[in-house]
Amino acid sequence: MLEYAIISAIKIVVIIAAVLTGCAYSTWLERKLVGRFQHRYGPMYAGPFGLLQPVADAVKLIFKEDLVPDKAERVTYALAPIISFIPALLSFAVIPFGDTFEIFGRTIDPVISDLNIGILFIFAVTSLGVYGIVLAGWSSGSKYSLLGGIRSSAQMISYEIAYGLSIIGVLLIAQTLSMKELVAQQASILDWFIFRQPVGFVIFVNCAVAETNRAPFDLPEAESELVAGYHTEYSSMRFAMFFIGEYANMIAAGCVVTTLFLGGWQGPFLPPVIWFVIKVALFMCFYIWLRATLPRFRYDQLMNFGWKVLFPLALVNTMVTAWIKLY
Amino acid sequence: MTAAASTRKTLNLNMGPQHPATHGVLRVELELDGETVVKATPHIGYLHTGIEKTCESKLYYKVIPMTDRMDYLAPMSNNLGYCLAVEKLLGVDVPEKVKWARVCLTEMTRIKSHLVWIGTHALDLGAMSMALYAFRERESIIDIYEAVSGQRMMSTYFRIGGLAYDLPPDFDKWVKRAIKQVESGLADYERLLNENKIFRMRTINVAKISADDAINWGFTGPCLRGSGVNYDVRKANPYSGYEKFDFDVPLGKNGDVYDRFMVRQQEMYQSIRIARQALDGMPDGPYRARIPGVVLPPKEDVLSKMESLIFHFKIITEGFKPPKGAVYQAIEAPKGELGYYISSDGTNKPHRVRVRPPSFVNLSALPKLVEGGMVADVIAAIGSIDIVLGEVDR
Repeated sequence: MLEYAIISAIKIVVIIAAVLTGCAYSTWLERKLVGRFQHRYGPMYAGPFGLLQPVADAVKLIFKEDLVPDKAERVTYALAPIISFIPALLSFAVIPFGDTFEIFGRTIDPVISDLNIGILFIFAVTSLGVYGIVLAGWSSGSKYSLLGGIRSSAQMISYEIAYGLSIIGVLLIAQTLSMKELVAQQASILDWFIFRQPVGFVIFVNCAVAETNRAPFDLPEAESELVAGYHTEYSSMRFAMFFIGEYANMIAAGCVVTTLFLGGWQGPFLPPVIWFVIKVALFMCFYIWLRATLPRFRYDQLMNFGWKVLFPLALVNTMVTAWIKLY
Repeated sequence: MTAAASTRKTLNLNMGPQHPATHGVLRVELELDGETVVKATPHIGYLHTGIEKTCESKLYYKVIPMTDRMDYLAPMSNNLGYCLAVEKLLGVDVPEKVKWARVCLTEMTRIKSHLVWIGTHALDLGAMSMALYAFRERESIIDIYEAVSGQRMMSTYFRIGGLAYDLPPDFDKWVKRAIKQVESGLADYERLLNENKIFRMRTINVAKISADDAINWGFTGPCLRGSGVNYDVRKANPYSGYEKFDFDVPLGKNGDVYDRFMVRQQEMYQSIRIARQALDGMPDGPYRARIPGVVLPPKEDVLSKMESLIFHFKIITEGFKPPKGAVYQAIEAPKGELGYYISSDGTNKPHRVRVRPPSFVNLSALPKLVEGGMVADVIAAIGSIDIVLGEVDR
């Protein structure tokens, strides 16, 4: 029992450290890549290739004054960044990062907890993140923040259903909700669910971008319209927590896509963890590419797209998959 | 007021003067019902510099640098409008070479202004890379500015009766280089935006204005032509030799954001066409008219001839005195009809310089464009009428 606790604790520490580092370096990757997309260099002064930029940013943000607007609801205002930050981290609890391996004579499974309802757990906790955003928007006492919060909740409702439906096809084929099982079923590249469920994959990726409030669905923080949306009034580490939350959500979405559709940690030659990281990183690059290229949707168009395009499509996909499965 | 109306509350949102997408210091007071705009009231004056009033205390030629600072994205067009107006007041003509050089440079200025517009407009709609791409191409035009005048932004290159200096010997090279770069850039922008589904959704049928309304609101320039009205000062009242150039006036149909976008984009191609013709047909000759007492004599004359030295001294110290009267001279600036009304009381300083700024007039129709739309449409509309607050407030 003690051994189990110690091993779990080590796993948790390692994974949280890895995820937070991943978040920090996602910001570096994003700035570097977007810079290149835009004929700029991106960060290049802090360390080689600007690699120390995330550290510099963190130090700067920690030392910034933490401002609270007069009109803010203080308690909610303080809680909101935490509420948006914690669920993003929680979802990593059930993601298998690699195959089992042996160390010091013990078999280690690189997943904190292999829940038999893993995928449901992820959907449950990632949906909680929106509360942070809505509460932040409401409690800031600023109209821009309020509009951002409203937009976020509307967006979340429109995309949650299609998001959930898009994976039903995969689950129908796999007959399991456990993340480990799902990976095990994609042993060869032809078994990857991206090939067995292409429509589901497309819908899932669309919804994942919308869920994480990223361009072209970044309405809650639409810079040119709402200044910075829900986090307009936030400064210092509270602002940073929203950011870490957003990037953690992106990485989580990348992990889920990798696990559900891209064969998880499986791949030739390289160790499983490396494969996993490569796939997630590619997905992050895809996110960044979208941001550098596409204009932003309008509020009503976004809702239309969610309800009138993605939702019916996901429904049809589910039905067709079920029908094929049945006969 | 009915009971239903009294329970329904609207939200007043103050957009600007500090806002990322109001193109400077425009303040728009929005009355919102959810995200729908019920009422929009633009407030201006945050960049009021008193340029028009300042002009009254300056010698005629000292006004030129002030004009750069109105529409700071198109300084040469402003210079041209003012110089043409004073030349009209004096009743003088300029050498052919000057006309062609002015046409070439103002057309490059038009491209420069439109590049900033396309970049910021796309940025407002969320396509952030466009801003950087457009500014990259704009750089090549700023290089032309630097080559001719030594200044990159506020060139103040045109003078009453000519140019400040002769064109540099490698003027051709600079312009051709810029044209080449702008053309390749334009091809990129078309691929990025024109057929982009999201961009089309955001712009088509947004902030529409009919041809009649556009005329009634006093629209000019690309905004007017986007509604399908064929009016271009370069064609209607040619100035500076525009009648000799062969170019088309692109027209829109619906008067929405997308049409205004297309008109400006096509205009850039037409400007390239005009600039090419101006380069090919650039005549030789002096870069300043020889009008004793009004235009500075050539430097070698100043150094060798007594009269020239005196004129030079007199023009610099006390300027010149145009006859009494008033003139209005309009040009087709990148943003629309830019008019200068100059009234002279026979002294060496203008009695009144009144500018008809296209941005100001076009901006006045903003409530008409955005009411009934959504917050995001306000941003699209402001971008599509292409305002420069320096010109709006003067």
